[in-house]
Amino acid sequence: MAEDQDKILEEVTGGEYKYGFYTDIEMEEFPTGLNENIVRLISAKKKEPEFMLEFRLKAFRHWLTMKKPDWAQLNIPEIDFQDIIYYAVPKKKPELESMDEVDPDLKATFDKLGIPLDEQKVLAGVAVDAVIDSVSVKTTFKETLAEKGIIFCSISEAVQEYPDLIKKYLGSVVPHQDNYFGALNAAVFSDGSFVYIPKGVRCPMELSTYFRINAINTGQFERTLIVADEDSYVSYLEGCTAPQRDENQLHAAIVEIVTLDRAEVKYSTVQNWYPGDKNGVGGIYNFVTKRALCKGDYSKVMWTQVETGSAITWKYPSCVLQGDHSVGEFYSVAVTNNHQQADTGTKMIHLGKNTRSLIVSKGVSAGKSQNSYRGLVKVSKKAENARNFSQCDSLLMGDKCGAHTFPYLEIANNSAKVEHEATTSKIGEDQIFYCNQRGMSTEDAVGLIVNGYVKEVINQLPMEFAVEAQKLLQISLEGSVG
Amino acid sequence: MNKTCRIVNLQEEYSQLYKENLSLLENGAPEKMNASRAKAFDLFVEKGIPSNKVEEYKYTNLQPFFKGSFDIALSSDAALEGAAENFNCGVPELDTHNVFLINGWFANQDDCNQLPKGVVVGSIREKAEQYPEVFEKYYNENTPNNLDAMAAMNTAFAQDGAFIYVPKGVVVEKPIQLVNIMSGDNDRLVFQRNLIVVEENAQVKVMLCDHTISPQKFVINNLTEVFVKENSVFDIYNVQNQHNLTTQVSGMYVHQKKHSNILTNNLTLHSGVTRNNIRVTMDDEHCESHVYGLYLSDKNQHVDNFTFIDHAKPNCQSFELFKGVMDDSASGAFTGRVLVRPDAQQTNAYQSNNNLLLTDNAKINSKPQLEIYADDVKCSHGATVGQLDDEAMFYLRARGINQTEGRILLMFAFAYEVIEKIRVEPLKENIRSLVEKRFRGEFDKCDSCVVCGQQGSSVSCL
Repeated sequence: MAEDQDKILEEVTGGEYKYGFYTDIEMEEFPTGLNENIVRLISAKKKEPEFMLEFRLKAFRHWLTMKKPDWAQLNIPEIDFQDIIYYAVPKKKPELESMDEVDPDLKATFDKLGIPLDEQKVLAGVAVDAVIDSVSVKTTFKETLAEKGIIFCSISEAVQEYPDLIKKYLGSVVPHQDNYFGALNAAVFSDGSFVYIPKGVRCPMELSTYFRINAINTGQFERTLIVADEDSYVSYLEGCTAPQRDENQLHAAIVEIVTLDRAEVKYSTVQNWYPGDKNGVGGIYNFVTKRALCKGDYSKVMWTQVETGSAITWKYPSCVLQGDHSVGEFYSVAVTNNHQQADTGTKMIHLGKNTRSLIVSKGVSAGKSQNSYRGLVKVSKKAENARNFSQCDSLLMGDKCGAHTFPYLEIANNSAKVEHEATTSKIGEDQIFYCNQRGMSTEDAVGLIVNGYVKEVINQLPMEFAVEAQKLLQISLEGSVG
Repeated sequence: MNKTCRIVNLQEEYSQLYKENLSLLENGAPEKMNASRAKAFDLFVEKGIPSNKVEEYKYTNLQPFFKGSFDIALSSDAALEGAAENFNCGVPELDTHNVFLINGWFANQDDCNQLPKGVVVGSIREKAEQYPEVFEKYYNENTPNNLDAMAAMNTAFAQDGAFIYVPKGVVVEKPIQLVNIMSGDNDRLVFQRNLIVVEENAQVKVMLCDHTISPQKFVINNLTEVFVKENSVFDIYNVQNQHNLTTQVSGMYVHQKKHSNILTNNLTLHSGVTRNNIRVTMDDEHCESHVYGLYLSDKNQHVDNFTFIDHAKPNCQSFELFKGVMDDSASGAFTGRVLVRPDAQQTNAYQSNNNLLLTDNAKINSKPQLEIYADDVKCSHGATVGQLDDEAMFYLRARGINQTEGRILLMFAFAYEVIEKIRVEPLKENIRSLVEKRFRGEFDKCDSCVVCGQQGSSVSCL
């Protein structure tokens, strides 16, 4: 008995001793797994106001009731959502001393893309010397933007500084219960960008995530919100042509765009994440929900995307054409090689009168990849004089790949004019022969023909992007011929 | 005796209906027909009557239509009870061999001696006993296991239907016409199962004419299996002419062999709710298939054409054209799935779906799909939804043609593209005039049809 008491005493006193070594080091990483506490922790960590926490919790609770979608023409391996760390402060990558230490394959790709040496260093994680003063570049940009009243910052910053705007627009285009990956993102999104263009302002430069502070490392659950007020214009670029190696396998991002009367937003994406190796091992799963709400009359949204990376792409940038006379356009190039899978397309939902939409989708599949276009054109009963034209072409290279089109046309108004066209074919031997005969290698010839085939889309990209994108296509298809 | 069943909770009551009457269902039916039931029934119970939650039936929810109180005929006598005996639904100037089926059961047919030697036409029940080798070899062989719930339902419940066998090298000049008559004093549930086998180097043309002649509600599930062997030519024209209370699920499963050439044309002139499941499997090289359809709907009618062209082997060609005119509150749907399997090189597949919407309340959903796993192919699909061309109308009016007449002219021109594809000249002429009348609003029934000629005045189709 006395012995027991001693023990307890010892434990209690010993306990005190133990707790004495309390360390004040902040945890940089959350435990793996997902539950309500994690959601609360993320929100607390970011010092978010109450409404944000509620938004996240609602989304999370809804997500629990949802099932992973299986309708896409994709073979998605089981994803263990409990094996993911949902919040992590960006870890410092080991800095390399010089360009010589960079993976020679990566360097060769950079050279082919024609990326300036300094940028190459940034992308490859080499310590940058003082030649480019990136900070000063950013500040100049920031000043120019601030003069015009444009807000361009990270979404966490916006939550703190512009809660009214966030409250009004966040989740207004993609509600938290929208879809499985959308709900997940709403619950746990880490960061992203926020853009607000005030009335009558034409943004003087292409906004790009590349220049934004803290955003060079794209988060796993990114969230972007763009609001274009009346009569404004902005062109926004996302992504980068350079290959991006990322350790996160699952990416579930959301992009929301709202355009008010007579506003115009042009959103261009070049996605080139790690597609896995030649045998289909590894690679990023890219599940993105992108949607624009053309809320105002005469507003316009234009999506342009060049998708060459990721092992699995599941992405449908859409337009809800609510305002009368609003316009939605979608231009896409999706290239898949080796074991990549892509199921991508768009939704054009015509609600307002005299709305117009245009869809141009070009798929290229090579190797053992599967490439699908899936799209919806919906004309609601009140959408008088809606007009849509869709063209979805597929190019097949190799006899082991697949190209599919799944367009849905739902028309409930008799004044609508909707047209859809799709073709699937391969590169003609006569075309290759013609190029060979003129001294071009077969690989170059294929590059040339593919570039001609996708020109309609590439032309929509901002100039500097377009040049890189063209080269990127050629690289993506390397090794697919012969 | 007609058996009456009341269906409220689809699954349970259909299961009960099946289980309680299994002995009656099996009574006198060919062995293989009965042997196939159990598996099909399990599949049907598992899948159930499709609602719009099922992707393939996204635009047609069949569930409400399969509820109600129905008579079901479990024997020939019950099916033919009270139905008029002599029908003639010939197309003028078209000499056809007529086969009459009432409520899914074989009733009678023209003298078989007029058919070329060796050609077998008749009731599937009877002929299965007489030609077991043909029946055993083909029955239920073209309905893949994971198939559609409605096909499974048909396999589980069907007892009779038509049987057509054309032996090697025989060319049947006269089209064979299967007249399916729906008649009864109460609402009715009807199953029908047809089997058509066209042997090597043979040719035959079949017309399926569906008529409802009494005003009751009919729920019909019919399925036609077709096997087309090497170098043979096969045409099937399905003229659907039902009243507004009819729900019809019509399956057409065609299996093709080398160098065969088939044509299916679904002409839905009048219907309540119609769902056509058309599946063509090109299981050998150098097959050619033409799959066409025309649907003219008004009132609250609904037509859903679901086609699946399976290019399983290289060097095949398929041509698909579906056109629809939607008036009043009619709704229509089209799904055209083209699958080119791996190594089915040198495939040509063309598909087109065009629709005219005439009113604010009309609706159309179109879903063309291409699924391609081979590279040396030429595939295309197109879908359009629109209205009559104002400029064309102006042109006509400027030449003294009034608006109504101009409209009819333009609609007819739109529909004619499908009619043109009919490969039987007198039938083409007949359909042409039917469609024209349909647009003029004068159409009650095909007046060339004696069935309608006799009773059409008392029973209005419209």
